Amino acid sequence: MKSRFRAFVPPLIALVLISIAPLLFTSLRPLLLMSMSIALCAIGLLILLRAGQVSFGHALYFAIGAYVVAFGSRAGGMDLWVLLGLALICSVAAGALLGIILVRYRGIFYGMLNLAFSMLGYTVFLRAYSYTGGSDGVSVVSPSILGFSLDAYEFGWGLYYCAVALLALVFWIVHRYLHSPMGAALGAIKTNEVRLEYLGVSAYRVMFVAHVSAAGLAGLGGGLVALSTGHVTPDLAYWSLSAEFVFVAVLGGTANVVGALIGAVSFELIRGFASIYVGNAWQLILGTVLVFVVLFAPRGLWGVVQRMLSLRAKGEKL
Amino acid sequence: MSRAIVLQSKGLHVEFGGVKAADGVDLDLHEGELASIIGPNGSGKTTFLNLCTGYVRPSKGEVIFAGKDLTRMPPRDITRLGVVRTFQLPQLFTEDTVIQNVLIALAARTGFWNLRSLDCPELRNEALEILSIFGQKEEAERYVYSLPEGVRKLVDIAVSMALSPTLLLMDEPTSGVSSSEKFEIMDILIPILRERKITALLVEHDMDLVTRYMDRVIVWNAGQVMADGAPDVVMRDERVLRDVVGVV
Repeated sequence: MKSRFRAFVPPLIALVLISIAPLLFTSLRPLLLMSMSIALCAIGLLILLRAGQVSFGHALYFAIGAYVVAFGSRAGGMDLWVLLGLALICSVAAGALLGIILVRYRGIFYGMLNLAFSMLGYTVFLRAYSYTGGSDGVSVVSPSILGFSLDAYEFGWGLYYCAVALLALVFWIVHRYLHSPMGAALGAIKTNEVRLEYLGVSAYRVMFVAHVSAAGLAGLGGGLVALSTGHVTPDLAYWSLSAEFVFVAVLGGTANVVGALIGAVSFELIRGFASIYVGNAWQLILGTVLVFVVLFAPRGLWGVVQRMLSLRAKGEKL
Repeated sequence: MSRAIVLQSKGLHVEFGGVKAADGVDLDLHEGELASIIGPNGSGKTTFLNLCTGYVRPSKGEVIFAGKDLTRMPPRDITRLGVVRTFQLPQLFTEDTVIQNVLIALAARTGFWNLRSLDCPELRNEALEILSIFGQKEEAERYVYSLPEGVRKLVDIAVSMALSPTLLLMDEPTSGVSSSEKFEIMDILIPILRERKITALLVEHDMDLVTRYMDRVIVWNAGQVMADGAPDVVMRDERVLRDVVGVV
């Protein structure tokens, strides 16, 4: 029971910190909201990485979530939570449809086929001008939150804390998933798929659930981005954004869902400040950070936090 | 009274590059029977296990278990029916701990597609109980990659037992371990199989083990059953002594 309680401490601290941060640094609110959106996608990638798989195409589901929210908001009358629910349903449906084919493959084939489908999706969003507005995109109308119609200022804050609530829910569900037999089987996919089949478990189904879960999380992230930026373009399906999700997942570390949030906040902070002070060289800074993380902190930033906490605990014992 | 047939192979045939690994194999395994397949390398012993567990599909013939033909079923469905196998090299999840390996097997048996914690007290207690039967309770929290081969073999068998098999097919369960460890493994395994009335078919090379622990020996040669019977009878067969025991 004690260890179970302990497992909830890091997510709880992370959620408290992200809840009070914009109250102390108001200007950081958009950046933190974007971080939470990306963290949702990175949690999806974390699930796939547990199975030893990398997807360079989950931006497709991110874009689907964003477009669904955009179209839904323009249709009018739908609450923020209804829109996010629709984003989840549509991205899960798309993930399930493509997953039928994709989860037959492993390693580089899985990663690249995901990329191929995301680029197909990107082209569709770009070319279906009469529906998507092409490269001009679609604007999002701010919806009501729990039935309350809010002005732009109030909506900004309301959306932020809805995102915190959503992240808390995702933390809890994904934590349960990773500690369930299905979550444990992800590691089995990585190390010994044959044995899994000889335990009577379908490796295909394990991967299918992982793929679709990651797609759903990306869809939720996309929905949040659409609501926070108020504008959706085909660029949200571009492969480089998928690579960013992988980057964030690796940066944060895959051992804990909190790693994805740490990775996303760090990523956005580095990108934000680097683009202010080093202009167009922010990619160079991010690349350098990733090289250092891979070389010196292979378990990601969460691993660094863990090591610091265990060193401190040892110091206290001494 | 004759015991019920658990597994029945009829006219099994498969060949690889012109080499017949199974050449019209007819074989029955009976309830609670402990049988061993012996034979020279390349004679088709492992192939028979592969044919029974969906790893290889025969060109002709069928394998009947619980009224179903196993030869067209995927391995997972065969396992769910109660036909469990082990491989010559222990097949474990090396990056997980010993107990996690057993827990995944228990979850596969008792309900896999849900969000309950794998480490819940009921499953954990059952996993520890299984490990203690095999003398591996102390190793429960160790990572599999750090275990010696003999312990891995036992853990592999413990994982298989967690599935509560009706029929256990084991490919050389004692290969790669010292001769004293071989007897230790068998001394643990055989009483459990007898107590639980599990039918078992072991591919083995060690004649001492076969004669000491098995009810029945099936001698394999060039994809065919050359001799079949009680160990003391088969081991007196001149053809077996000349063509098989001499080269095993």
